Amino acid sequence: MNRTPFTFRFDGRTVRAEPGQSIAAALIADGQRSWRRTREGGHPRGMFCGIGVCFDCLVTVNGRPGHRACLVEAAPGDVVETQEGAGRADLAC
Amino acid sequence: MTGTSSRSGIPSPPDVLVVGAGVIGAACAYYCTSAGLRVTVVERGAIGGGTTGACEGNLLVSDKETGPELDLALLSSRLWREVGDDLGAAALEYEAKGGVVVAGSDPTAAGLRQLTAEQRAAGVEAVDVGPDELAALEPNLTREVAGGAYYPQDAQVQPVLAAAHLLRRARDRGATVHRGTTVTGFLRDRRGAVTGVRTDSAALPALRARWVVNAAGTWAGRLADLAGAPVPVLPRKGFILVTEPLPRVVRHKVYTAEYVANVASDDAGLETSVVVEGTRAGTVLIGATRERVGFDRTVALPVLRKLADQAIGLFPFLSEVALLRGYLGFRPYCPDHLPVIGPDPRAPGLVHACGHEGAGIGLAPATGHLIAQLLTGRAPDLSLAPFRPQRFEEAAA
Repeated sequence: MNRTPFTFRFDGRTVRAEPGQSIAAALIADGQRSWRRTREGGHPRGMFCGIGVCFDCLVTVNGRPGHRACLVEAAPGDVVETQEGAGRADLAC
Repeated sequence: MTGTSSRSGIPSPPDVLVVGAGVIGAACAYYCTSAGLRVTVVERGAIGGGTTGACEGNLLVSDKETGPELDLALLSSRLWREVGDDLGAAALEYEAKGGVVVAGSDPTAAGLRQLTAEQRAAGVEAVDVGPDELAALEPNLTREVAGGAYYPQDAQVQPVLAAAHLLRRARDRGATVHRGTTVTGFLRDRRGAVTGVRTDSAALPALRARWVVNAAGTWAGRLADLAGAPVPVLPRKGFILVTEPLPRVVRHKVYTAEYVANVASDDAGLETSVVVEGTRAGTVLIGATRERVGFDRTVALPVLRKLADQAIGLFPFLSEVALLRGYLGFRPYCPDHLPVIGPDPRAPGLVHACGHEGAGIGLAPATGHLIAQLLTGRAPDLSLAPFRPQRFEEAAA
């Protein structure tokens, strides 16, 4: 099994990850404690439950919003972005 | 503290004892206290903890064929607006958003136009619309549509908030609410009239009242049995799916024309006909399945999959949206799909307010209003004859 660390992009900067690490784990290891703000009140949110239940840790991964950072395994070259609002402003009508 | 103290120092019993603090019981307490009656409410669980807390908060006139239930829905539509003014529309998440019904085929569209013509004659605001108008009403809707109808009177509330605020206003007007108190039987006088209830509470083993209102929702049949005055209220199971929070993506209550046929159906098997609406919280609700399987809480994945497929058929963007969860509730239905509202001649003193199937949130204010009129000796705004509790025995006789 390949144990070689790799990197992905988070809001324009490079983050190092271990194989098998979730995006949330990699962000926390990188010192990033929060990566989203609530839709009402703008309060910071990062990993809370860590097991996919609370939906607090949502991020946009490779252009697709609504990913739970605690469940998605980081992959080399991923482009991870802070999710603004619900992340689906394109659908608003 | 209920009511006033008599000279003996013993509190006199209330006029009305409402069994059940779902939206129907809450509306009964709201209108009865408004009419000057003294009210006590008993609830075995939590406020809005039954079907009220497991539904969508639909206030629909659009899904009713002409007849007594539509008349009740039209009265209720007006009363919900008044309730919104009284309690604060924002507090209830009351939204007069209107409804859009979508026909996928020309025959369905023709059937829908016939329905809207009949509904207009009965007082419903219903506008026949073509594909272009549907696209303007709902930009994210599928373009695979033959036609549809727009119903400006359709609205929505958050049902648990609505029940809680109705009950809060009733309390402001002197009502007492006993939660966690289960009715175990009825008190009767020598002539058989209902004079109150027995409960499982050591502190309140008996509660007396001039009238007892059966607002026990899907469990109203069991309560009626305790009074020896059966009403055939049965559970109809319905699943609702909840998406992740989104911006406003669905403007109205949107459903397929087949929904009307399913609401009125007597088919015991699974039926799904999708209803989609956004909520204040941003989640989109996708309802609803209808299964007559008793009080069975089993989750069947194929049922949810079918419901999700139908929702994607209406709103293709949903295929890219995550579901957070689903929930189910038991709609209280009667064999003739009409509620049971009114006094029970088999148990004088007992008044029913139950059996509203999937329309209980919408029909709650009219039900409470009519019960209050009845109990204060006024002529009800609508005839209660179609809703009389003894009709099932008449039909069997």
